[in-house]
Amino acid sequence: MATIVPFGPQHPVLPEPLHLKLVLEDEIVKQALPTLGYVHRGLETLASIKDINQMVQVVERVCGICSCIHAHNYCMCIEGLMGIEVPQRADFLRVIWSEMHRMHSHLLWFGLLADAFGMESLFMHAWRIREKIMDVMEATAGNRVIISINKVGGVRRDLSQDQLKWILKVLGEVEEELDKIKPVLTNDYTVKKRTVGKGVLTYQQAYELGAAGPQLRGSGVVQDVRMTGYGAYKYIDFAPVTEPDGDSWARTMVRFRELYQSIDIVRQLIGKLPEGEIAVKVKGKPSGEIVCRSEQPRGELLYYVKATGENFLDRVRIRTPTFANVPPLLAMLPGCEMADVPVIALSIDPCISCTER
Amino acid sequence: MLDMTATIIRNFLTKPHTRLYPITVREPFENVRGNLDIEIEECILCGICSKKCPSQCITVSKEEKVWTVDPFACVYCAICVENCPTHCLSMDKHHRKPVKVKEMNRQVQVKGPEKKK
Ligand code: SF4
Ligand code: SF4
Repeated sequence: MATIVPFGPQHPVLPEPLHLKLVLEDEIVKQALPTLGYVHRGLETLASIKDINQMVQVVERVCGICSCIHAHNYCMCIEGLMGIEVPQRADFLRVIWSEMHRMHSHLLWFGLLADAFGMESLFMHAWRIREKIMDVMEATAGNRVIISINKVGGVRRDLSQDQLKWILKVLGEVEEELDKIKPVLTNDYTVKKRTVGKGVLTYQQAYELGAAGPQLRGSGVVQDVRMTGYGAYKYIDFAPVTEPDGDSWARTMVRFRELYQSIDIVRQLIGKLPEGEIAVKVKGKPSGEIVCRSEQPRGELLYYVKATGENFLDRVRIRTPTFANVPPLLAMLPGCEMADVPVIALSIDPCISCTER
Repeated sequence: MLDMTATIIRNFLTKPHTRLYPITVREPFENVRGNLDIEIEECILCGICSKKCPSQCITVSKEEKVWTVDPFACVYCAICVENCPTHCLSMDKHHRKPVKVKEMNRQVQVKGPEKKK
């Protein structure tokens, strides 16, 4: 006989307001039914009372982890509508901070995953490493998480030579620390037991259900919005990180390897950082419609903006990657054991607050 | 196993990575956006800061010569600081201390800025 067990929205391992109704037969999940909408904030309505420049600060608060990328994407939309050419240096700086955000987001998630399968020491090590990146952001941008660095037309702060040197030094330290915890991830019995073969999403499923980001790449699909070359990504070379297996382990490895990739990207950017202005003066008001995409730590982020030449935008539609990753999660859960649900749910790196903008 | 033993011994012999806040406090970095201050006598009460502020937490009253900010609604973005024409706003690198009662930061102007001839 089937039993229904509620999972969330308040759950010890998943501090995100996602509710899953798990239909169980014995200990095996047969079906998962999601409920979302616990923390909806009505951002589109806010766009009618906050002007185009104030909206930068609003969209930054969509996500508490990748704020910089939201603001970057929003600014790209407005700049696209107004035909503004952002100085090259500003493009580079935006991407440097974006990649910093990706690193701290992956490390945060990595700690949470370790905590979910009961490896508290790994959790603490991951967060200790993350603190180095948080310090970089605090010292260079002025805040730890919501760094408020983007504005329409460029960036608000510059990086000095000393700061760049310091960032490179910190990246070296982070890389060293990552090398130390890598064996734990690749060889440890506990980690493998809880992740290998759990929550498998095949290539076909990932493609058809529209998974995004590391979830998609963990199933072997080579897709990364950064490859479209927005911002300064066109000046550097890198290849998307993929893993073929599609299980929780593969997703973990994708994110772990992306940490190294981000370090490499920041190094390349700092090496090629051009001199010059960091912002241009913006005159006039945007009008028209535009869609911009960017790659968040969790996957593809899409903004649709409609403006009518006034101070306030007509529409700001945001599609966040976690929203795209919920249907694949529902496909992954049937067949797994009840005890594995938290780890599998965490392996998609859910950011529900982001989803309910 | 050997790795783990080495890590454990190292952790016993080194200091913890966390601080015993508030007994030990780290000096904040330069240019951190901490507390918002105003040099009220320099303010011309133009109200630009209150219009630019994304969280609408500043109110400026020209008649009463009062500038008020709600420190609990402020998101510390420093947009007001960048847009103030007289540069009378500034951000301190220290953060606000926790308080028991929420109070507005209300500044009354007595003399006003010196008129340029
Ligand atoms: S913008 Fe500056 S001068 Fe104008 S009201 Fe605000 S603080 Fe005063
Ligand atoms: S720092 Fe930002 S939120 Fe705070 S008063 Fe100034 S503009 Fe408003």
